[in-house]
Amino acid sequence: MRWINARPSRGTQLTLLLLPFILVVIAYAIGSAERLAANANDKLLPNLAGFADAINRMAFLPDSRTGDYLLWSDTGASLIRLFAGLGISTTIALLIGMAIGMLPYMRSLLAPFVAVISMVPPLALLPILFIVMGLGETSKIALIVIGVAPTMIRDLALKALELPREQIVKAETLGASSWQMALRVVLPQILPRLITCVKLQLGPAWLFLIAAEAISSDSGLGYRIFLVRRYLAMDVIFPYVVWITLLAVVTNYLLDRLRITVFPWSELEKLG
Amino acid sequence: MSELVITDLWKEYGDQIVLERVSLTVASRAFVALVGPSGCGKSTFLRMLLGQERPTRGTILLDGIPLPPEPGPDRGVVFQRYSVFPHLTVLGNVLLGKEFSASRYKAKLLGIARREAIDSARQMIAEVGLTGAEDKYPAQLSGGMQQRLALAQALMMKPKVLLLDEPFGALDPGIRAEIHRLMKRLWHETQMTVVMVTHDMREAFTLASRVIAFERPRDRPEEKQRYGATITKDISIWPPRLAGEPSIYSPDRDGPVISLGQYRDGPAPSGEKP
Repeated sequence: MRWINARPSRGTQLTLLLLPFILVVIAYAIGSAERLAANANDKLLPNLAGFADAINRMAFLPDSRTGDYLLWSDTGASLIRLFAGLGISTTIALLIGMAIGMLPYMRSLLAPFVAVISMVPPLALLPILFIVMGLGETSKIALIVIGVAPTMIRDLALKALELPREQIVKAETLGASSWQMALRVVLPQILPRLITCVKLQLGPAWLFLIAAEAISSDSGLGYRIFLVRRYLAMDVIFPYVVWITLLAVVTNYLLDRLRITVFPWSELEKLG
Repeated sequence: MSELVITDLWKEYGDQIVLERVSLTVASRAFVALVGPSGCGKSTFLRMLLGQERPTRGTILLDGIPLPPEPGPDRGVVFQRYSVFPHLTVLGNVLLGKEFSASRYKAKLLGIARREAIDSARQMIAEVGLTGAEDKYPAQLSGGMQQRLALAQALMMKPKVLLLDEPFGALDPGIRAEIHRLMKRLWHETQMTVVMVTHDMREAFTLASRVIAFERPRDRPEEKQRYGATITKDISIWPPRLAGEPSIYSPDRDGPVISLGQYRDGPAPSGEKP
């Protein structure tokens, strides 16, 4: 049989799915064991016991200085920033994106402007944000918004423009005003895309969040990683990175489930 | 009443003349089929009737009043594709027109008004033979059912003119024959004038009361740019077909289904139902 026709069974699928993860863990374990054999105090590749100890210290024992459970307080601080940033971006993107997609006047006014703005490297703006808005939460959230919103606006405007003209004409023949069309025809059809769009922007949003936290903060996952870097505390950094990845993966999954539950037709369209 | 009077209509895109000297009067409750080769501007003509495009020159009057420059509820439309809203169920699609006209800002009906609208929507759904599919999404319907839905959705608005842009072109023959019978029945029962663009001569002569052909009288390559298409044939079907009146001949000489026999949508009885 040709390779393109060979399909794995369910069990094989699961094995194949897990294989790369297991390989990475094994490769790490071997490397770690070798280094620790050479030098028991090696800090670069700690073993599982080292990780368990660090995780226990960060997640389940209060910090001796502040009394906080650091992993959780860091996660809380980071997630609040992340979701505030994403929430504001989503709202802006929805309003402006739909306006650009639907109204030729708004398109002429805003489309080129947004296109130019989206070319500005957000990290280059970070110093300006720190100077103007101070070192608090505002500047970090603003960085996420500036980094993520223009792309989302363009994506949603494109999606609104892509709706077949026939649908808009049909709505007009049903007597709809522009507002009614926005509400009942365009909005419901781009909401699934909005969720996908948020999903795709999760990566960049985390990037900007960690960058902002690394430079100036007193809590947050990014802050912690860059803080303990000074002590070569790989036993803390690795679990934090895994934890961040896990958070991103779970958010990703939840957003997909949300889309399918709330907009069952969007999945049908894909199949059909 | 819904009489269309088109006087000396021209349509140009830049230097390209698409249609020229089109004058036509469509009587109220007529069923006009527009036929012609690809690219002869019959769809453009339909879009101008719809208000989606504006003529370069000439006027279109509906009951003596110039057409507004945008589509409106007095003219219904069914396209070949994308005529229904994929995010709404069958019932939602049919209700939508009512919701637009009844609720200005929310475009949603609630309570008693909604229940009443649902009742009339269900009647319309039954009328086009979609009973039982009310809660399905368009992606779960066959092509023929989607076009039935599009018809129901348009008819809810009781348009003066129904415009059809190759509505049945993508359906296979058995299903097409069934939807032809439905279309004929709807034309007899409602008060609307129908204008249909089609590629299918058989369809044109089966359904219409009048068949109009668009053609380019000058079609040499060097002439293509500067000479548009115009009406070259205007055939009234004999014996005349009149909306709401049974045909004198039964079964209809052009019965839509005579030779098509058994298809997967079941037997298609021949002859016109008065």
